[in-house]
Amino acid sequence: MIPRGGGRALNAYDSYNSMELMICLAARYLEDGATVVVGTGAPCAAAMLAQKLYAPGLVIMFEAGGIGPLLPTMPISVGDSRTFWKGISASSMPEIMELCQRGMVDYTFLGGAQVDMYGNINSTQIGGRQAPPKVRFPGSGGANDLASLCWRTMMIAPQDKRRFVPRLDFMTSPGYLTGPGAREAAGLPPGTGPYKVITQLAVFGFDDATKRMRTENLHPGVSAPEVQDNSGFELLWAPELPVSVPPTGDELAVLRREVDPYRYIIGRN
Amino acid sequence: MPQGELFVPPQPDALRDWFRHKPKHLTRKVTTAREAIGQLVRDGDYLAVGGFGTNRIPTALLHEILRQGRTGLGMSGHTATHDFQIMAAGPCIDRVDVAYVVGLEARGLSPAARRLFEGGLLKVTEWTNAALAWRYRAAAMGVPFLPSRIMFGTDTWEYSAARAIQCPFTGMKLAALPALSPDVALIHVHEADVYGNCRIQGISVSDPDLARASRRVIISAERLVPHDEFRRDPTRTVIPHFCVDAVVEVPYGSYPGNMPYEYFSDEEHLQAWLEAERTPESLRAFLDKYILGVEDFPQYLHLCGGLPRLQKLRRLELMLDTEGRGESTERL
Repeated sequence: MIPRGGGRALNAYDSYNSMELMICLAARYLEDGATVVVGTGAPCAAAMLAQKLYAPGLVIMFEAGGIGPLLPTMPISVGDSRTFWKGISASSMPEIMELCQRGMVDYTFLGGAQVDMYGNINSTQIGGRQAPPKVRFPGSGGANDLASLCWRTMMIAPQDKRRFVPRLDFMTSPGYLTGPGAREAAGLPPGTGPYKVITQLAVFGFDDATKRMRTENLHPGVSAPEVQDNSGFELLWAPELPVSVPPTGDELAVLRREVDPYRYIIGRN
Repeated sequence: MPQGELFVPPQPDALRDWFRHKPKHLTRKVTTAREAIGQLVRDGDYLAVGGFGTNRIPTALLHEILRQGRTGLGMSGHTATHDFQIMAAGPCIDRVDVAYVVGLEARGLSPAARRLFEGGLLKVTEWTNAALAWRYRAAAMGVPFLPSRIMFGTDTWEYSAARAIQCPFTGMKLAALPALSPDVALIHVHEADVYGNCRIQGISVSDPDLARASRRVIISAERLVPHDEFRRDPTRTVIPHFCVDAVVEVPYGSYPGNMPYEYFSDEEHLQAWLEAERTPESLRAFLDKYILGVEDFPQYLHLCGGLPRLQKLRRLELMLDTEGRGESTERL
């Protein structure tokens, strides 16, 4: 999607932090009329921004049951009251998961402690697969379900060598597993899988032939070596590497004034 | 084959016998939290909690389990956040089916819950939110498992207790999720009558299935309403009385959790919990003050700021303080 031009030439909008950049870039991938299951934090901010600017018909859903809210503020929990505020439906967790399983959900956003070159994600534990773990995280929650069942999985995540790892300590949620055909062979629904990974440095897609993570856009001022230096695995590169289109004045205005006025998310930069 | 332990194996015929003998007539089930937990929750039971972690949770019932010192409980971690913190504080639990625990979503990770996992003090089987939701559904349907298309290819699968099966119609590979019938379900609802008929407003999460899947069901309700209310509008009954064993009226019973259309979560108190968990000693002092050293839930609410605090959380929930100030963020 081509962003609308930044009509409002306020000085404040000439600069932005990397959280604002990631949210604005993510929002542009959500087209009007699409369905998306989001969690709290940056993904929710991206969906709210998209709903307010580009995609008034975007159907935002939360795994605990909220469908189509007019989000008045940033939810704290994916099951709190805001997730169905003036919504289409206050449903249930099985309702949302069954929507995903029967193919009605286009996008989901996930986070995690580690990601590998195939877009597999760890949100369970550090220090090997066996119990007891060195560090225990929450586990799958709905992440494995969403990564298994939604058509396109996106990630918004800071990137460094601790997070972009050659081998996950624990594979919580499936990306392309071990490469082409692996999802289908394992039993996951065909045609699903990771779509974009948006970090503070670049936007990544996945190479069709190898299903490995591939750099597609560099953010303004970021060099290719810098992106590779912040990854623990070897990245692939698109033939062209256009610079990411920075947030427009419109995007920043709505993000700062309406989506996250208390800077819960964009203040985390 | 997945190597996780199946803490509660499916037993559809045993459950049919159990449910056959559950009383179906309208009998008065109103009791206190102390009595309900005292009579219906035993050491070693497998427990499941309704709501969603910090939303519509039966806090008063969970406090009572902690106060009565139950141990050796199993727990379904179906997005268990503050509810898990309370059970981890005992610790009342020694085994857990994990979909989501330890974290409190955007609020951070629970140090006390981490200590249980990282100290090897819990037996753990990994699942997902959908897996546990459908496991309840299978038990509610009276079948031993439900097929699904999740978890394949991951370590979550490897450390679960699911099984791969082949579909007899399409030949496709499916994940069989074993029916989960907890010994006890604790569910907080908006309204109940004295017989246990229940209404929930907002998202129901998995609670209609959970109430039908569990052997014993304890309901806490924001308020009791006359039975005629249910007769007047039967479409709103989400849990029928014959699933329910005990009904406890607890105003603000989900505090410090969020109760839709009633009150928002108390983020300051939840933060105080997290901070108190930094060491076992500071947690003990916190529990002594707020839970172990009080008689009942109203005393806890009083310690947490009482009616003025709850009034504030009510205004927050209904967004009254921003209404009419031009701060509305709606565009549609």
